[in-house]
Amino acid sequence: MKNLEFNKSINRRKFVKSSAAAAAGGVFLSQLPSAASAYVGGNETLRVAVIGCGGRGTGAAVQALSVKEDVKLVAMADAFKDRLDESYDNIMKKHGKSGRVDVPEENKFVGFDGYKNAIALADVVLLATPPGFRPIHFEEAVNQGKHVFMEKPVATDAPGVRKVLEVAQKAKQNKLNVVVGLQRHYQPSYLELMKRIHNGEIGDIVGGQVYWNSSGVWVRERQPQQTEMEYQMRNWYYFTWLCGDHIMEQHIHNIDVANWAKQSYPVMAQGMGGREVRTGPDHGEIFDHHFVEFHYEDGTMINSQCRHIEGCMNKVSESFVGTKGRATTDGTTMITDTKGNTLWKHRDKNDPNPYQVEHDRLFSAIVNGNELLADAENGAKSTMTSLLGRMATYSGKVVTWDEALNSNMSLMPQKFSFDATPPVVPGADGKYPVPVPGKTKVI
Amino acid sequence: MRNLLNKAKFAFLLSIKPFFFRLNLLNKGLTLLIIAIFILPSHKIKSLWNNAKSGEAFEAYTETIPGSEVSFEMIPIQGGEYLMGSPENDPNHLADEGPQVKVKIDPFWMASTETTWDMFEIFVFQEQEKRLAMESGGLESANIPSVDAVSRPTPPYLDMSFGMGKYGYPAICMTQYSAQMFCKWLSAKTGVFYRLPTEAEWEYACRAGTTTAYSFGDDASKLDEYAWYYGNTSNGYEKIGTKKPNPWGLYDMHGNVSEWTLDQYNAEFYASLEDGVAVPYNPPTELYPRTVRGGSWDDDPEVLRSASRIPSNPRWKQQDPQIPKSDWWHTDARFVGFRLIRPLNPPSEKQIEAFWPEPIEDL
Repeated sequence: MKNLEFNKSINRRKFVKSSAAAAAGGVFLSQLPSAASAYVGGNETLRVAVIGCGGRGTGAAVQALSVKEDVKLVAMADAFKDRLDESYDNIMKKHGKSGRVDVPEENKFVGFDGYKNAIALADVVLLATPPGFRPIHFEEAVNQGKHVFMEKPVATDAPGVRKVLEVAQKAKQNKLNVVVGLQRHYQPSYLELMKRIHNGEIGDIVGGQVYWNSSGVWVRERQPQQTEMEYQMRNWYYFTWLCGDHIMEQHIHNIDVANWAKQSYPVMAQGMGGREVRTGPDHGEIFDHHFVEFHYEDGTMINSQCRHIEGCMNKVSESFVGTKGRATTDGTTMITDTKGNTLWKHRDKNDPNPYQVEHDRLFSAIVNGNELLADAENGAKSTMTSLLGRMATYSGKVVTWDEALNSNMSLMPQKFSFDATPPVVPGADGKYPVPVPGKTKVI
Repeated sequence: MRNLLNKAKFAFLLSIKPFFFRLNLLNKGLTLLIIAIFILPSHKIKSLWNNAKSGEAFEAYTETIPGSEVSFEMIPIQGGEYLMGSPENDPNHLADEGPQVKVKIDPFWMASTETTWDMFEIFVFQEQEKRLAMESGGLESANIPSVDAVSRPTPPYLDMSFGMGKYGYPAICMTQYSAQMFCKWLSAKTGVFYRLPTEAEWEYACRAGTTTAYSFGDDASKLDEYAWYYGNTSNGYEKIGTKKPNPWGLYDMHGNVSEWTLDQYNAEFYASLEDGVAVPYNPPTELYPRTVRGGSWDDDPEVLRSASRIPSNPRWKQQDPQIPKSDWWHTDARFVGFRLIRPLNPPSEKQIEAFWPEPIEDL
């Protein structure tokens, strides 16, 4: 047996210039035993199931059905029937004529437990529910021997992260491909920039800043007939057990880029955050701003800021300071020397869509066995990094990687049903308890 | 009539435009102070649509968005005839720019500059609209349209300026529907009919009476004086109105950001037109492609030519990961903005109501 472990980043570079339709580099083809995939050289139709049929799940399904391999959507699952039906209608509008949608009513599973049945019917599963459920769904998919595309983040608490790390190993051992929706890893501008950073073009990274400052996202209003659990599931963004807070749900993208640039994960973090504007009962318990220092083992400190407040400076990008120059993705992806002279910049006018490339690579790997995609470990560790940030802002204390990762504080409910009590409930004034820095315990 | 009042308010300033406009850029604070002194108590508009036929002078004026201190300048564009498209002997001529066709255009006002983030964000963020109104004369004076009357963008997930600058810079990344809803919102607030130009109107204004590739001639090496494009920008747009204007006083028609028109893009459209056609317009029935004009900071010189036509493309929403995709934002069109016009003779109130589009779902 040859060692099948290979450096993904080196492998990915081969794809920097490959368009969606280009054949993958055949370097690994000869090295992989044919058991690497049940479908190598096969011409069976790959069956796809989507778990979580919101806007993103629908988008992922449409992308999966747009690959050049022979694929078919056969099952769907969502907690809510109306979301599932709307998603099905939209997928049909897009792919109905292609013959790639074959989801009879009995394969549409509604409720908390439908994911198991949907996974059983498929070869490839798309996991796009709110992140709190990801560890449970990922474990089920891998236990059933399925290939996985899953959205970020992959958990909302430390026990969830540990579960994903454990399952990630199992997926690798069983040659199951796993792609995580940190799509910057599939985007030419980032791949090229990282290649240059890792080749030493800015020297050693000694600092950096990462941002997701925006005006926030949707709010779903409480309806009179809803149970508390249903309300929270609908308005999931504002509940930490479901969403992880926006530092995890969105800002993970930029935090992950910092880890990617550093080729390591922080050893500790400290930060501050709070609720300045989103203070009412409509906005659950999450913060509307976080500012975190992430400390890496070599002493590098990378500052992270994320904000969901209208009318403020907005920025979604990353910048790194090296001993020889700077790298940034702010507006244009580029490298400058320490005097600010441009050394390289990327023109992204004709770049392929990274959200599509994720699926092109996944399905090609499954069918051709040319590579084994294994994003889950980094997905879990970048999820952990953003969670470390949240622990730091909620507690106001210094939090180390090890104590955070080993924390047994679980946020998930004991029981999943619409009449069960969620982990947090509102007080008499309708407001939810929110974290208080200096008092809140996170470990 | 509100607009006559506006006229009175600004008449003294109009006499010193375009110098006034430069002043406006250089020292907004001072200008606003002057304007503030002249603000008259607002009053109820009896008919929503002030009609220019009621004797309003066809001359330049400054519109201040009600309930804010944000203003823009409108310049009169006299009606006339011109040859739309480019001749086949133009070395950069493309098939969709022909055959050239004689077109008749009705008079309109056009904004001297591209729509800025200052203007656009008041529309995007209703909270901001309310806050600005409180700061400048109270909610009453802002004429805030109800949500039922005018739908508004969902807040963008990303920073839609992509770090290129906000205030004094052109707004970008909005869909054509989004730009049209801005016009609807602004019309409701001001009682004046503002809309996007048609392709034919846009090219007419861009040419400003010229028949050359650019409004300053055929020599692309002079672009630096008049336009922001890929060759003289570093990674983004620049502030509006910082290059020379065209002969009719319009800034940035070439470059900076491409500008939405009303038309469905059709490469064969000119061939279908009779010579001498009045106000041609190809109304959209499909979401893609629609036409933007003028080229941008991200384009090469030939795309900035007066006759150049750019079709919109689903790729402009590539980074929008949801299905259905946003009605409001083109996450990847960092080079697309828009400019307002106002017809001298607006249609009836009923026709205006019918004019505003419904969104076409983007799957």
